[in-house]
Amino acid sequence: MATFLSHETCPTIKNILLLDSEGKRVAVKYYSDEWPTNSAKLAFEKSIFTKTQKTNARTEAEITMVENNIIVYKFVQDLHFFVTGGDEENELILATVLQGFFDTVTLLLRNNVDQREALENLDMILLCLDEIVDGGIILETDGSIIAGKVATHSIDDGAPLSEQTISQALATAREHLTRSLLK
Amino acid sequence: MAQPLVKKDDDRDEEADYSPFLGIEKGAVLQDARVFNDPQLDARRCSQVITKLLYLLNQGDSFTKVEATEVFFAVTKLFQSKDNGLRRMVYLIIKDLSPSADEVIIVTSSLMKDMNSRTDMYRANAIRVLCRITDGTLLTQIERYLKQAIVDKNPVVASAALVSGIHLLQTTPEIVKRWSNEVQEAVQSRAALVQFHALALLHQIRQNDRLAVSKLVTSLTKGTVRSPLAQCLLIRYTSQVIRETGVNSQTGDRPFYDYLESCLRHKAEMVIFEAAKAITELSNVTTRELTPAITVLQLLLSSSKPVLRFAAVRTLNKVAMTHPMAVTNCNIDMESLISDQNRSIATLAITTLLKTGNESSVDRLMKQITNFMSDIADEFKIVVVEAIRSLCLKFPLKYRSLMNFLSNILREEGGFEYKKAIVDSIVILIRDIPDAKESGLLHLCEFIEDCEFTYLSTQILHFLGNEGPKTSDPSKYIRYIYNRVILENATVRASAVSTLAKFGALVDSLKPRIFILLRRCLFDNDDEVSVVRDRATLYLNSLGDGSVAETDKDVKEFLFGSLDIPLTNMETTLRNYAQNPTEEPFDIDSVPREVKSLPLVEKKAPGKKPTPLGPPPPAPTSASDAYERILSTIPEFANFGKLFKSSVPVELTEAETEYAVNVVKHIFDHHVVFQYNCTNTIPEQLLENVTVIVDASEAEEFSEVGVKPLKSLPYDTPAQTFVAFERPEGVPSVGKFSNTLRFTVKEVDTSTGEAEDDGVEDEYQLEDFEVVAADYILKVGVSNFRNAWESMDPDTERVDEYGLGPRESLVEAVNAVISLLGLQPCEGTETVPNNSRSHTCLLSGVYIGNVKVLVRLSFGMDSSKEVAMKLAVRSDDVNVSEALHEIVASG
Repeated sequence: MATFLSHETCPTIKNILLLDSEGKRVAVKYYSDEWPTNSAKLAFEKSIFTKTQKTNARTEAEITMVENNIIVYKFVQDLHFFVTGGDEENELILATVLQGFFDTVTLLLRNNVDQREALENLDMILLCLDEIVDGGIILETDGSIIAGKVATHSIDDGAPLSEQTISQALATAREHLTRSLLK
Repeated sequence: MAQPLVKKDDDRDEEADYSPFLGIEKGAVLQDARVFNDPQLDARRCSQVITKLLYLLNQGDSFTKVEATEVFFAVTKLFQSKDNGLRRMVYLIIKDLSPSADEVIIVTSSLMKDMNSRTDMYRANAIRVLCRITDGTLLTQIERYLKQAIVDKNPVVASAALVSGIHLLQTTPEIVKRWSNEVQEAVQSRAALVQFHALALLHQIRQNDRLAVSKLVTSLTKGTVRSPLAQCLLIRYTSQVIRETGVNSQTGDRPFYDYLESCLRHKAEMVIFEAAKAITELSNVTTRELTPAITVLQLLLSSSKPVLRFAAVRTLNKVAMTHPMAVTNCNIDMESLISDQNRSIATLAITTLLKTGNESSVDRLMKQITNFMSDIADEFKIVVVEAIRSLCLKFPLKYRSLMNFLSNILREEGGFEYKKAIVDSIVILIRDIPDAKESGLLHLCEFIEDCEFTYLSTQILHFLGNEGPKTSDPSKYIRYIYNRVILENATVRASAVSTLAKFGALVDSLKPRIFILLRRCLFDNDDEVSVVRDRATLYLNSLGDGSVAETDKDVKEFLFGSLDIPLTNMETTLRNYAQNPTEEPFDIDSVPREVKSLPLVEKKAPGKKPTPLGPPPPAPTSASDAYERILSTIPEFANFGKLFKSSVPVELTEAETEYAVNVVKHIFDHHVVFQYNCTNTIPEQLLENVTVIVDASEAEEFSEVGVKPLKSLPYDTPAQTFVAFERPEGVPSVGKFSNTLRFTVKEVDTSTGEAEDDGVEDEYQLEDFEVVAADYILKVGVSNFRNAWESMDPDTERVDEYGLGPRESLVEAVNAVISLLGLQPCEGTETVPNNSRSHTCLLSGVYIGNVKVLVRLSFGMDSSKEVAMKLAVRSDDVNVSEALHEIVASG
């Protein structure tokens, strides 16, 4: 488990969570030791899932506070995306990380963003988490760059993405994003 | 063979709940991991197994030490494969397995090879893995590569090395600090995120070197910053530099403020917000500095993105605590946020409005909130209730609509914490706003008619017993109280009986009827606990014969007076009594009344929430309560009457001397008691029989009547000695007192803590202090000065004019007169606008003898800085109006 380091002035992410429509884990990554045990983590996941469940976070990312933490979140189909930071953190930085995570997953799953697709491509989701944040420090927030880093390995792998080239996938996805923005 | 990880697309619709990990089991996956040892590696299959292992870890499964080691060793074999994808998965699982030091050695060489690979992705990832699992000794071996990587032309590699550096700085700072040249170079990188990571690392390397940080900020604020994230960092570092340098005293300008202000026009919202937040958090920020930040935040309030609205309203909410006026411009935008879908935003908007609202907007605001309350969670409701409470204390005239609001929400559904917050608020309003008392008590009565929380019922009954008998028509509460005796559980019944008895004891006309009710309580049918019957019996037997007659004072004191002995002492004495069986009854006078050490009330008081419903006897809620408690434990001072005022402590010694002594002046009707708080700061000494010898030759109207010496004063344990003086009644006698501390000093062996038997008498000179006119005046504010002024008899008004001589500024003159009179400034009139030539200041207070005083001060300053003042005083007593003029004339 990554050890969490306190950086007074550097923006810090405490965790990134991807849960399903029942609040169960698809993939999670904790960078803070605020939740030392698995049960503490599960309890945190449960509390934020219950708190956000009824909100509409499908068009725009939503935001709330739980136990002195700020949580930004967004839902698509049966997937719930969360990014957590401390209560002094710039909310917009957290939202940028969430957007990066969300865009990457959309690109990697070629717009089929749902739980089943995510689990089938869990390796890519995990690599994606690894490329967004390292030990709480933001590595990259641009979805297409992160997807590019994650997807390089799939080219000669015969994995699903090989059906179209990466640049094509990125182009379709970008087009889709633009369309959804213009809606 | 296990199921292939990735199913074909055409299977998809067969089962809705299909998961590739359905029925996954740790033992089987560990078996599968044997494929890592195959001489002919199937890269795809190995990747799938690693994914399954990572899935298990991610779900919270843990591997035993043996299992983890086996998997780790097997994984190390996979470095043989040239498959990119597999290598990435290998990196991931090595990090997640967090291998021990002796295991790390196995992969070190493979990872070092990857660090020097031509594939950028290998280099970047190998650096991050190696730095994550390595320890200090290994780090020296790879240091050279890391330094190179920091300035690598591939941004991903450079960022990997820099971020690893940030982590390593926590464990091996001495090594990372050697890289500052390379890091410095990376700060100039054209790659946006490399610059961000380099800046973060460079700042952490130099964070203890103020000058270096200041230089860094100076150069970067002039240069180019490429990413919004780096810009945010720079804003944070700039705020830090501003905090440490302070405002330029000559020009009044703040260094770097212009930079922060320019960031408000940045194209990235993240940066705009970071800058606005930084400006609002500047210490002693002025309105002029705040304005541009508030304007930007106001724009964000109407953003379509919830995150932006939340960030803006949360920041404005904080600003409203210190600069409510600056936020009022946003009120219209805030009001529209009350209906925001996101309830966190709505709650923040409401509480901000409650902080910035003025008296005229209260009613409208309450209407909006009423609609809002029904659909938010309890935690938000509590925040709103607390905000309403402070609003009501700010605008006491509006108590009617606010009290109605509280009573309405009290009737609705809600959990204990929420209900308690409402009840607490009503109790505070009843205490602080006399007009609100009767309606507030009735609301509470109605609440206990249908209250599911025993704790709240008993607390309200207790409060009702204290306040109800003092109202104009106490009889109307009896019905509510007696209903509790019939309908509730034993705990509530018992407290209702006590409340009834209190009414009986305090309201003579009600006594016969109360007796009838109490007699009925004797038939209470609870078999297990007889507390209800016991209480009823006690009260019936002690309150007299049930006729309309005044209850004996001693009985009242015995039944309902506060227990004036410290509870800890009581506990100790009772425990001793119980341990030594004796025929003698317990004697409450045997409990020592001396308080062990003075609670540091002055320090605790601010910031601590009042506890209006504390268990009886209520804990001291203010410094004066605490003082009264201490003084009442000293029999010599018991007949001095009610304490009028206690001054703030006046230091009588320099800081860091052998003995630290300060004095608190307690003013009574005929007496003055000086409380000397002494601290012995020498570990090698024990002081005994400590007294203060007071020379009152320069205070002619005072004569000493009593001394309460301090038996012993050990090291670092504050304790008090007292000296009491008599003075003429009603006259604000003033005078100067010189003091000498006299004591017996004993040597203490610090190793054993034991003091020698023989001591030496010694004295220690303390500084003088004065009793001044302001000591006889209590600071008591009024909410509406004009009303209060006009309701006073104009005949009591005394007006005169005074010349105050040349002064530096009006501010100085105003402050001097306020502190001379010791009155409470009202309606913010103590603040004098900069460079103004005239000012009116409104003061109010209570003069000894409980005489209300209002003062209107008009100041004017001419071109030669000569200040003139017109003093108009009204009070309940003409003599007091004149006395205040005398204070000014002689001050």
